[in-house]
Amino acid sequence: MKREFPLLVTALIGFFMILSFFVPHQAVSVPADFLQVCAVIVVAFGYVLGGANALRVNFDAIYKRQPGWPYKIVLVVSLLAMVIVGAIEGKGFQGEGTRFTWMYERLYSPMSATMFALLAFFIASAAFRAFRIRTLEAGLLALAALIVMIGRVPIGDWLTGALPPNLRLSAIQEWIMDNPQNAAKRAILIGAALGVMSTGLRVILGLERSYLSGED
Amino acid sequence: MSFHPSSDVGVWVAALLTLCIFSFLYKDNPFYKFAEHLFVGVSAGYYIILNFWTVVVPNLWEPLVKSFSAPGGPTAVELGDYRIWLALPGVLGVLLFTRLFGRIGWLSRWSLAVIIGVYAGLKTTGFAQSDLVSQVQASLVPIFTGSFWPSFNAVLFSIGLICSLLFFFFSREHKGALGGASKVGILFLMVSFGAGYGYTVMSRISLLIGRLQFLVEDWLGLR
Amino acid sequence: MSLVRTLETLDRRWIFLIVGLLVLIPLIWPLPLPLTVSRRVQGFHDAIESLPDGSTVLMSCDWDPSGKPEMQPMTRTALRHLFSKNCKVVVTVLWNGGPGIVDEQLRFVADEMGKKYGEDYVNLGYKAGNEAVMVLMGQSIASTFPRDIRGGVTADYPIMKKVRNYSSFPLLVSISSGYPGTKEYVQQVQGRFHIRMIAGVTAVSAPEYYPYLQSGQLLGLLGGMAGAAEYEKARGESGGATRGMVPQSFAHLFVAFCILAGNGVQWLKRREARA
Repeated sequence: MKREFPLLVTALIGFFMILSFFVPHQAVSVPADFLQVCAVIVVAFGYVLGGANALRVNFDAIYKRQPGWPYKIVLVVSLLAMVIVGAIEGKGFQGEGTRFTWMYERLYSPMSATMFALLAFFIASAAFRAFRIRTLEAGLLALAALIVMIGRVPIGDWLTGALPPNLRLSAIQEWIMDNPQNAAKRAILIGAALGVMSTGLRVILGLERSYLSGED
Repeated sequence: MSFHPSSDVGVWVAALLTLCIFSFLYKDNPFYKFAEHLFVGVSAGYYIILNFWTVVVPNLWEPLVKSFSAPGGPTAVELGDYRIWLALPGVLGVLLFTRLFGRIGWLSRWSLAVIIGVYAGLKTTGFAQSDLVSQVQASLVPIFTGSFWPSFNAVLFSIGLICSLLFFFFSREHKGALGGASKVGILFLMVSFGAGYGYTVMSRISLLIGRLQFLVEDWLGLR
Repeated sequence: MSLVRTLETLDRRWIFLIVGLLVLIPLIWPLPLPLTVSRRVQGFHDAIESLPDGSTVLMSCDWDPSGKPEMQPMTRTALRHLFSKNCKVVVTVLWNGGPGIVDEQLRFVADEMGKKYGEDYVNLGYKAGNEAVMVLMGQSIASTFPRDIRGGVTADYPIMKKVRNYSSFPLLVSISSGYPGTKEYVQQVQGRFHIRMIAGVTAVSAPEYYPYLQSGQLLGLLGGMAGAAEYEKARGESGGATRGMVPQSFAHLFVAFCILAGNGVQWLKRREARA
């Protein structure tokens, strides 16, 4: 029951979903549609579980006075504030002018954007400190990177404006993207597709069981 | 150029939080830590409420409640209208929470089994159709087209595709003809990675431009 | 201390400062730089332009605030383009963090162009489930999204009266920051339901969609802020993406310089060691 039943469920549902791709008959399409509805609902519960787990872990850290515990109070208070405000707002919680929308636009949105904006600085720093051209392959990578980086922005054409249109950086950059880059990317796509198909079949057949982690 | 700082409290809150996070660039500090934990808390709370009101209520609770008064009764099923049968995903969703309780945590595997089965099936057919069949089909293009550059590009493309694919064939040692083809494949892959790096730089810089645009235009009103 | 040693041990915060200034200064004092519209952006533009006026289009905006600088200009310009042809737009969001910010763009453009919610456009909001949601929409959009972002009943809106599933749309516009998004739509929807599709994606993921362009699975592609700026130019607009091109250019030049300088320092160091 603890391992065999879930493996059987995965196998049956997986085969059924593959069958539904080929068979449009109602006897297959209705159950397949229902299974997808089940997946949508269970995934949503999963997100709620994630939030609940974050609350549990941080409550525990505050209680045990782990290092950085005052910041965890900020985390817990903000989590609960968001949940309480959202629960009170009801179905229209994302409407214009609601308190929940204010918290989303003035707290979540700017912080989410800024966290990722930090990467711009690190990529420049890494370009100076870590990008080393020691082999032919690395040199080719660097050359392609330089041409694409400069050619993709207006300054590329401004710098090479005196050249014929086909020799300007933007044209060379487009040629690289459409031809050698495209060939390699397609090879990666095809290879990855074969990998995903084999992994999918391994999961469905029960050969891959890592998702059942934990003791029996 | 004029200077018109915003009078909206919310914009000032957003700007100050932005600066708290940017302060990490100098060094880790309490302002950054505060903003980081606030962000995690707000995100977690947001995800809970979002999924509750956008999925659990409209896709589970409301149809379940309506099924008792719907014509045909709660067990009648048609495409898109599953009535009382929605209790099954509801139970599976609740079973997920058993992960928080060690002894009965194994019950959550039933819920995971459903998710894994559905997505394994969807992904297998999706990748097969779009990333294998369609891509191989699109690769079978005429090589000799009558004009030089399209033919050259088609030959180069075909060589690049075949050699890059051969690089990923690890069932035989890369020696001889296979080794030579793999080396050519690596060159194409390096060009691809270099192009990817260039685009990644563009993406990251764009994110910084966006934040500074907010600070300059929306917060300080420098136009 | 020699120059080589100084550069080798340079505090990275100097690099951070230079990047910040190179982006900030052109935002305050803009410079004009020429923009040309590439083939793939033209394809995106032409796919919308060739739609019959008044068509109903599905637009899946799968992004959140972390992708705003690239995605916002694309979303706004595409919406203006669609609304200018009196097209009706049904919007979905498959990213957790996205519904609010996408709704903000919709309201901004709709107010600008005098469009009415429920008649000219509707935001169905977010749904968890990634690929499962995409395939479910192939059966029925109203039952997948029973309520819209405002909590109203989806099927009650006038715009949804003639909308059943993907067959109700002549075009799918996917504006996406990653997973789930354009790739999943190509895999699960474009091939299975045979819908014409165009996409606007972040620059970091743009190279992986070139094979889909070449195979015809995508008819047009906007890649990153540069793609968004080209699209703005194709539409005769000058928005956030166009303004971002000068700081983008300077920052790229600086990163290119960093790559060359970093390797130059290492080469000089090896030469000093040999000497």
